[in-house]
Amino acid sequence: MNTQVRVEAQRSIPTAIDYKVYHDPEVFAAEQRNVFKGRTWCYLGLEAEIPNAGDFRTSHVGETPVVLVRGQEDKVFAWVNRCAHKGATVCRSLRGNQADGAFVCVYHQWAYDSEGTLVGVPFRRGMKGVGGYDKDFDPANHSLEKLRVESYKGMVFGTFSSEIEPLEDFLGPVMRKYIDRVFQRPIKVLGYSRQYMAGNWKLYSENSRDSYHGALLHLFYPTFGIYRQSQDSAGELAEQGFHNVFTVSKPKGDIDYTSFGDEANREMQGATKLQDERLLQFRPEIDDDVGLHIQSLFPNVVLQQIQNTLATRQIVTLGPDKTELVWTYFGYADDDEETTRHRLRNLNLVGPSGLISMEDGEAVELCQQGTIGAEGKFNFIEMGGDDVREYYAPMGMDENAVRGFWKGYLELMGDALSASTAEVPA
Amino acid sequence: MTIADPVLQGLIDSLNAAYGLCLDDGRLEDWPEFFVEDCLYQVIARENVDNGLPAAVMYCDSKGMLVDRVVALRQANVFPEHFSRHLISRAVVTGSEGNTVTAEASYAVLQTRNDGETRIFNAGKYVDRFLVEDGAARLVSRTCVYDTHRIATLLATPI
Repeated sequence: MNTQVRVEAQRSIPTAIDYKVYHDPEVFAAEQRNVFKGRTWCYLGLEAEIPNAGDFRTSHVGETPVVLVRGQEDKVFAWVNRCAHKGATVCRSLRGNQADGAFVCVYHQWAYDSEGTLVGVPFRRGMKGVGGYDKDFDPANHSLEKLRVESYKGMVFGTFSSEIEPLEDFLGPVMRKYIDRVFQRPIKVLGYSRQYMAGNWKLYSENSRDSYHGALLHLFYPTFGIYRQSQDSAGELAEQGFHNVFTVSKPKGDIDYTSFGDEANREMQGATKLQDERLLQFRPEIDDDVGLHIQSLFPNVVLQQIQNTLATRQIVTLGPDKTELVWTYFGYADDDEETTRHRLRNLNLVGPSGLISMEDGEAVELCQQGTIGAEGKFNFIEMGGDDVREYYAPMGMDENAVRGFWKGYLELMGDALSASTAEVPA
Repeated sequence: MTIADPVLQGLIDSLNAAYGLCLDDGRLEDWPEFFVEDCLYQVIARENVDNGLPAAVMYCDSKGMLVDRVVALRQANVFPEHFSRHLISRAVVTGSEGNTVTAEASYAVLQTRNDGETRIFNAGKYVDRFLVEDGAARLVSRTCVYDTHRIATLLATPI
């Protein structure tokens, strides 16, 4: 692949994407249809967030507000948070417990059960024989819009698609193996943070799949003389290309920092010592040496283990340049108080104030700002090749998984992503 | 309602005012000095506190960790260039025992980035424990409980 191909590209391809995809409202609308409401399973939350009957949590599929509820008999349901009467928001809290299992719209008190079925309409027969709905009115036709819901290892996903394969097949064996790794035993939720980026959701999706930027943008490790890239790393993609997982294992033997310093553009300082090394302490608790596990599941979640931090990052697409990242931090249910404190210390590394991750928010916004007015111009994603491979282990210096994201994305978008007027040289 | 000892009230309000100005003036290296060695500083969402959940976006349980934050901010972290401006209310003293005093104060941190617009970046309250010694107060713990659940871009500079 060379620059000529890029220039001649009329359409976006996995190595060269038209910058308009980050800005165009029509692309954004098409994504809501083809990606988020299309043939995908979207992450909604964790079962551990709603352990009891009546527990609910508001969530999103793309831009669409949905509610995740645990009904009686332990089953989890999800429905669009939009009253079937006038479209009002039904559930107005972020989370809680609806002990009687009824969700009532405040506007005209239409009441729904935890499955989203309409169970009550005030004055359905009118008052004193006046008003009311026609006798043909059938509440069954006026339920909330329901999603199909499936869980894997406590991660709950929903879909609007009636044709999609079961969740387990959508995730595939490789992704499931890594999800199993994190959810090896019961978890407990430790809390939330929400990071709002003035940037497109795909910039973040690329970022979480991009192992090239790790030690170049995030200078915390090199600054304190901890070099990640020379450790053992591995990347795997699901068959569709759009899910990936990247792991870094604890080094075996001595670490050599010199080659990185020589090859990186920015001078590595390395002389600074951490005052309190507990921040970085790693206590392997899964039966391997993996200290970093970042798994991006298309289209809207990242599952991570970094040191002893465990989290999901849910991507909420609020507009072409409005993306919210909801971090849900967790530990294992059997953690003692000291282990929880250790996780809280490690949590300094990740999230919106994360010492090794806060820069991602800035990178997303820089790309958004830099691509304004760049319709018909293309990015360049050829680090490590121009193909999409199912396995890669090139010390992270590879954009294989970013190309995999675009491959899967472009397939789902199909003709919805119309060709741009490309810059063809005269 | 009990009226706090005016001297104590003055000590705490003075510390809070100096603390805010220290951060807003960019004297980050001086910021850990407001704390005792064995301290706790955390920045945590109100939604977590209200639900009994402990996860914080910053959790430093030693002065060394505060210093590490500052060094990382200066040398490693990349974030939008900005000014901060703390507006801190008069403190409400909630208790005292020996030379330990607990107090709370509301804060708003305004942020101005390179576009020149000043935005409310983070609003919340400080939940504090002070050690009062030799006519001065130092922080044993400061928990910044923020209402502003949605953190704009990222939160780099301490609150």
